[in-house]
Amino acid sequence: MGKIIINRERCKACAFCASVCPKKLIFFSQEVNSQGFYPVEIRTEDECTGCALCAETCPDVAIEVWR
Amino acid sequence: MEKRLFLRGNHALAIGAIKAGCRFYFGYPITPQNDIPEFFSKQMVKVEGCFIQAESEVASINMILGASAAGARAMTSSSSPGLSLMQEGLSYLAGSELPAVVVNINRSGPGLGGISASQGDYFQATRGGGHGDYRTLVLAPSSVQEMHDLTLLAFDLADKYRNPVIILADAVLGQIQETMVDRPYQPLELPPKDWILAGASGRDPRLIKSLYLKEGEMERHNWKLFEKYQRMKREDVRHENYLEEEAELIIVSFGTAARVAKSAIRLARAEGLKVGLFRPITLFPFPEKALFDLSQRVKRFLTIEMNTGQMVEDVKLSVARDADVHFYGHAPGSPPAPEELLNALKKVY
Amino acid sequence: MKQVFKRPRSLKDVSFHFCPGCHHGTIHRLVAEAIDYYDLRERTIGVAGVGCSVFVYEYFDIDVAEAPHGRAPAVATGLKRALPDRIVFTYQGDGDLASIGMSEIVHTANRGENLTVIFVNNTVYGMTGGQMAPTTLLGQPTTTSPYGRDFLQNGYPIRMAEMIATLEGTSFCARVALNTPANLMKAKKTVRRAFEMQMNNMGFSFVELLASCPTNWGMNPLKANERVEKELIPYFPLGTFKERKGTDHQ
Ligand SMILES: Cc1ncc(C[n+]2csc(CCOP(=O)(O)OP(=O)(O)O)c2C)c(N)n1
Ligand code: SF4
Ligand code: SF4
Ligand code: SF4
Repeated sequence: MGKIIINRERCKACAFCASVCPKKLIFFSQEVNSQGFYPVEIRTEDECTGCALCAETCPDVAIEVWR
Repeated sequence: MEKRLFLRGNHALAIGAIKAGCRFYFGYPITPQNDIPEFFSKQMVKVEGCFIQAESEVASINMILGASAAGARAMTSSSSPGLSLMQEGLSYLAGSELPAVVVNINRSGPGLGGISASQGDYFQATRGGGHGDYRTLVLAPSSVQEMHDLTLLAFDLADKYRNPVIILADAVLGQIQETMVDRPYQPLELPPKDWILAGASGRDPRLIKSLYLKEGEMERHNWKLFEKYQRMKREDVRHENYLEEEAELIIVSFGTAARVAKSAIRLARAEGLKVGLFRPITLFPFPEKALFDLSQRVKRFLTIEMNTGQMVEDVKLSVARDADVHFYGHAPGSPPAPEELLNALKKVY
Repeated sequence: MKQVFKRPRSLKDVSFHFCPGCHHGTIHRLVAEAIDYYDLRERTIGVAGVGCSVFVYEYFDIDVAEAPHGRAPAVATGLKRALPDRIVFTYQGDGDLASIGMSEIVHTANRGENLTVIFVNNTVYGMTGGQMAPTTLLGQPTTTSPYGRDFLQNGYPIRMAEMIATLEGTSFCARVALNTPANLMKAKKTVRRAFEMQMNNMGFSFVELLASCPTNWGMNPLKANERVEKELIPYFPLGTFKERKGTDHQ
């Protein structure tokens, strides 16, 4: 069981997190953030294992993880 | 009784630096100032200081930047080509408002030039030298005693203004042996160093930088620096007058040239010529006010320099409009003989 | 639930100005994590090189000095000599370190200065707009090698880590990458190790991090990561090239 919080204002939509998530839980949002990017969101928290791979790869330190 | 020492200028300077609490010397060999780094390489160990023979003058000046950012008194010495390499670093030191003492034992140039004494770096020293709108304080000793005393002062002024100070001397002043009084160091009252980097323990992080990109920041910083240079002009201008009372001709000269000028003046006085000397000790800030005041009384000036004419521009800018300013330049090589200067002054007397 | 990943204390809570997918952000975080791991924040001083990372001081919650382009190792030398019990690191790009600052880095390593160098090799000058770097790969087009780097014209890309490892003064020297989670984990340990060397007074430690510059490579961030794998790593092999053990640094 895990949980992540994405700081959507910090996200620059590089897609690193989405590409490494073993459960493919991360996808792009439809609304731009204040920086002009379409930030990522988590599809469903139920399947998140809290492995933190997404956070580790995020160059903008936009993700926090609980497990 | 004060102790008297008989020693050469470069050693007097180095002793002064250690006395002033300088514990960091970084430098790269270049003639004619190698006895300074050699002295420190021996002495720094004894005072638990640090001597590094750096890989270049570029590295030396930046090592100073680091040590100074840590709050330490640090210095380097070099000669003309080395100073050229240090100009970027000096500009950063001035921009970041860091104290430093930099000695230039001026040799002749341009280019590799020669190792003989010269005053050809006057412009480089007094105009900032590197890029951007800044100044360094410039002290010009004229005796072994001053090599020592002005070094003590240089460290204080560097800290007072958080600005690099250049000691501009030459091979003659470095090598000449004279008696000097081994004066104790009496520091000026200085502001606390509440800006140094030491790790952000129990306080907000600090920053030493010269980059200003935000709207209006750079301009504000430049005016702040300007105000500092104005303060130097108000508080720290130094010069010496010699036999200037009732003089009809004033020689304006600094450093080694001023030493010889004094001898020439004594010869002239023996012949009944009323000649005096005005010797700037701070080349920046230039003693423009004192020179102007003098030019209210005396109307004829002869600037003597060991170059083809640099300080003479500052003299012309300083004196009253109706004063005549002449120039005599002694090309680099050996310093001028007093007789040579006597002839020169007779031509304009 | 327990928080297992959070922003390191040594990083200020502000957004980076870096382009999307730029590894500078990741490297900032790894360095901050190492500082936190050993609880060094209050006694660490960073020295910023000139390049896209010049704003190190905007991001790290520590004391920072800015150095002229290429001179960070000399500035760090002065700082560390004056404050031997503090932790000092430089953060430099490949133009900064391997071109204009080649002399300072080699001699600082050779003197065995007890400090840490974080070297970001992104094969390009980022800040000035994508010009050729000393590490630009053969054939790689840049704004000043528009036909691709040609060795007859520009020589070969420099392998800094291997070169630094040849110097007796170097105590720790490694190259890592950040393009995959596995490489990232190794990078994290390596950066930590470099700081640990310094804490133990082991002398000069150097970490080269292969980084992407998606903007000047003209690729999206994921493609840039692929380029690190396919083009950079074969020429700049990963690994630890030197690691002194115990106290054999004398
Ligand atoms: C003396 C000097 N020359 C040139 C520059 C311009 N300059 C700024 S950053 C830079 C290159 C930066 O490239 P790199 O070190 O690879 O860092 P990156 O931006 O890629 O992170 C250059 C040439 C400068 N600031 N100072
Ligand atoms: S913590 Fe792991 S499982 Fe959860 S979203 Fe991130 S990468 Fe996916
Ligand atoms: S890695 Fe970070 S910046 Fe990139 S898409 Fe994910 S959350 Fe956004
Ligand atoms: S230009 Fe390159 S190195 Fe600079 S921030 Fe952008 S991606 Fe990073």
